[in-house]
Amino acid sequence: MAKKFKNKTLAWLDYRLPIFSVLKEALVDHPTPRNLNYWWNFGSLAGITLIIMIVSGLMLSMHYVAHVDLAFDSVEHIMRDVNYGWLIRYIHSVGASMFFLIVYIHISRGLYYGSYKSPREVLWWLGIIIFLLMIASAFLGYTLPWGQMSFWGATVITNLFSAIPLVGDSIVTWLWGGFSVDNPTLNRFYSLHFLIPFVIVGIVFLHIVALHKFGSNNPTGIDITLKEESIPFHPYYTIKDLFGLGVFFIIFGIFVFFLPNSLGHPDNYIPADPLVTPEHIVPEWYFLPFYAILRAIPFKLLGVLAMLGSILILFALPWLDTCKVRSCRFRPIYKQFYWIFIVNFFILGWVGSKVPEGHYLIISRICTGYYFIHFLIILPLLGFFEKTLPVPANIFKEHNKKK
Amino acid sequence: MINKNKISNLKKERRSFLKLTTFSVAAIGSSFAVWPFIDSMNPSADVLAQGIKEFDLSNIEEGSSKTVKWRGKPVFIKHRTKNEIEEARNVKLSELKDPQKDEDRVLKPEWLIVVGVCSHLGCIPSGQKVSDAKGDFNGWFCPCHGSHYDSSGRVRKGPAPRNLEVPKYKFIDTNKIKLG
Ligand code: HEM
Ligand code: FES
Repeated sequence: MAKKFKNKTLAWLDYRLPIFSVLKEALVDHPTPRNLNYWWNFGSLAGITLIIMIVSGLMLSMHYVAHVDLAFDSVEHIMRDVNYGWLIRYIHSVGASMFFLIVYIHISRGLYYGSYKSPREVLWWLGIIIFLLMIASAFLGYTLPWGQMSFWGATVITNLFSAIPLVGDSIVTWLWGGFSVDNPTLNRFYSLHFLIPFVIVGIVFLHIVALHKFGSNNPTGIDITLKEESIPFHPYYTIKDLFGLGVFFIIFGIFVFFLPNSLGHPDNYIPADPLVTPEHIVPEWYFLPFYAILRAIPFKLLGVLAMLGSILILFALPWLDTCKVRSCRFRPIYKQFYWIFIVNFFILGWVGSKVPEGHYLIISRICTGYYFIHFLIILPLLGFFEKTLPVPANIFKEHNKKK
Repeated sequence: MINKNKISNLKKERRSFLKLTTFSVAAIGSSFAVWPFIDSMNPSADVLAQGIKEFDLSNIEEGSSKTVKWRGKPVFIKHRTKNEIEEARNVKLSELKDPQKDEDRVLKPEWLIVVGVCSHLGCIPSGQKVSDAKGDFNGWFCPCHGSHYDSSGRVRKGPAPRNLEVPKYKFIDTNKIKLG
């Protein structure tokens, strides 16, 4: 057996605890397609952001108090009195936005290059599970500062469960631990907010195990067959990922230092008042498209189901997309529908921030309809009718063609 | 040979029977064991105890309303005028989304007592102050998604599926109520 480590201590330790060879395989030797573009940076960025969220959250938790009478003041205490508390809190709240931005791009990359197709279905599922857990975590976290939006966001979202027939109201009481969003609710939300990111870490681990089974997809979407098509992860992709990280930190820094509240809602600086509802309740920007779907439908239960369905439908995507060719590069028609879908998603986000009346309501209904039509009608049919372009035998052929 | 097969088949059957029973007992047992954990998240005894409260109505004048806090929620106490009572009683039940007679929603016609939480997604409707928007039916209006309630707290328009809830209460004096 070839020696894995020159350092004798390391070799001794690894012989007994092979974690180092696992890490080396994953971060150094792992053969990676040589044609990955910058859209492939967002996976490692998401992982690093998760770590940033956990570290900043842990520091916040040392000063935060989960009690209805103290929560708001403890956050202000973090902002004003705790050394660098403002920095840590802004890293955490802006970080949540950045996390979603990155993951949305990461998912869109998968949609464009067909990364969800066989044999990567389970990898794709694990990704959606991570996304669902992120949504839960961010929603719970947003209630913690106990401002007006925290309180009323929590009220409206937990009330969604009352749409369930028969047991709905008992479930809501159970979620609240009382008869309204109150101290027991805040306490359990804090517990869960603390827990879920660590569950995410576990799922991320599985996500990576599934990824390394078949390796990364690549912009051509074809399977890697030749040895020369791959290069070791280190130093090529470690450097590329680090470069991307630098760019990301610049953007992150601009928000943390110059625009820390631009992504949030000013009403959350008003302490929660259970007797006064703000005039216009909006969730954080990253939930807006789904909020629009919820409100587009005039029946409570159906609205809730559509909102859930809009995410859960992604689980079925590997089978709804019947085309064998993965990448959009060779699917001229799907490519156009892809961009229509993305634009549609942005419009949903935009109407999600408006009062659902008049033409906003009509737009949100059309876009909600289109969202589902894309998955349930367009994608299955395209597989039969679309004439795909010839797929190259290996990634070099595609490069030659371009030149 | 045949005998041996028979025995091993019998053993197989017995084994699968044992497996089945073991797993079912374990499954039933663990679902019982899970219940205390689930139930621990339900309202605790002190939260339930807070559910009973007394309120004095004597300083609420006719035509005005008061909001009190009960179980963490606002409760609307409305001292209705003759007009408002009549308005509420003259509506045909067939016009209502959640048909309920006004008589069934009050103990004394001049006092309407409802939980001030919109049955849609839980916002608090406006209409308690004289200057507030009261909606198209002279009761309350929920700004969140536009539900209108009448002077009996019944939903008349908008996405809310049900009327404003009437809490359990009784008069313990002419001008005193006990909620819960
Ligand atoms: C998936 C990772 C996470 C996400 C998406 C997330 C998201 C959020 C969000 C959106 C807020 C509200 C920020 C605000 O408006 O002030 C928040 C607050 C908070 N989070 Fe997290 N969080 C994550 C991980 C964690 C972890 C691991 C901990 C604890 C170890 C933690 C502890 C806290 C605390 C104490 C607060 C309240 C202080 C504050 O509001 O600034 N978070 N989180
Ligand atoms: S919460 Fe009142 S209309 Fe939606």
